[in-house]
Amino acid sequence: MSRHPLFMPLIVVGGLIFGFGLGFSHMARPEVVIDFLTFEDFGLLFVMFGGSIVAGLAFWSLSSTGGSAPLTGRPYGRRLKSFDRNVLLGGSVFGVGWGLSGICPGAAYASLGVGNWPILYALAGMFVGAYLQGVWRSESSTTGSAVPSDD
Amino acid sequence: MITDFLGSGAIETLFPNGISRYAIGGLLVGLGTAVIYLGTAITAGASTFLESTLSYVSDRSRFQQYRASRDWRVVFTVSIIAGAGVYALIYQGEPWALAGSAWITEVAPWRLFVGGIFVGIGTRIGKGCTSGHGICGVGSVSRTSLVGVATFLVVAIITANIVAAVGVTP
Repeated sequence: MSRHPLFMPLIVVGGLIFGFGLGFSHMARPEVVIDFLTFEDFGLLFVMFGGSIVAGLAFWSLSSTGGSAPLTGRPYGRRLKSFDRNVLLGGSVFGVGWGLSGICPGAAYASLGVGNWPILYALAGMFVGAYLQGVWRSESSTTGSAVPSDD
Repeated sequence: MITDFLGSGAIETLFPNGISRYAIGGLLVGLGTAVIYLGTAITAGASTFLESTLSYVSDRSRFQQYRASRDWRVVFTVSIIAGAGVYALIYQGEPWALAGSAWITEVAPWRLFVGGIFVGIGTRIGKGCTSGHGICGVGSVSRTSLVGVATFLVVAIITANIVAAVGVTP
């Protein structure tokens, strides 16, 4: 599998901006997320809306050109996933975890970057959780029909 | 306009820390996503890293399906950590001084660990997290993601308020 030489550098640049933004937004701090969820500070709405509007403009403008990406040849498309009960079930389980801990995956990575070493407890938990559901679901579906995703 | 409607002081009540840090941070998160999309057409989310990285140590089919993307997902995650580190070096403590630039949570380790387990299970079963559904999916006006976001947001609000009501602090 050969990749364009600029593929990894671009991932690095995108990740650096993404992580800096999570630090700047304070979303890397569980306390800020918990304050949002308990109606103490509604600022996090601007993180999600600001982020999705910028990303949405890029998705919309590029996918409407019908072109494909220079580094991968992939056609520009939107992020569309099929709806089923798992979206509600998984979303609910995630909601319990997010409400209890105040941390989600991307913010947890950024939290490590701002020097918050106790977030390693959360990251360890996330790997345990991802492993558990992977074991359950690998056993329930022996065919490899699952579609890879880009989350 | 909105202050007239809600009365003066409403903005300070709703946003005690102002909105600029959130708005600027959010725009940068979106920009990082857009940069990767522009070059690769990949709508990168954060939580697949958990499963794709497990493919290095487990042969389970759930993890092996992400084999092709596991290397760049590690690079993406390390870059997120580094980007947040740059923020911390500049804005936490003396600029560019390593000492005193760390910020450490007071949320109890058990909450982080147990919450993390739920996050790990839920994001993977639910097809996305706050970045996959929340940024990329909402940005795509995906109905699945809008429902996903509404679900985890409502459940998280209920959970956080129950936790606060029973007096678990921090």
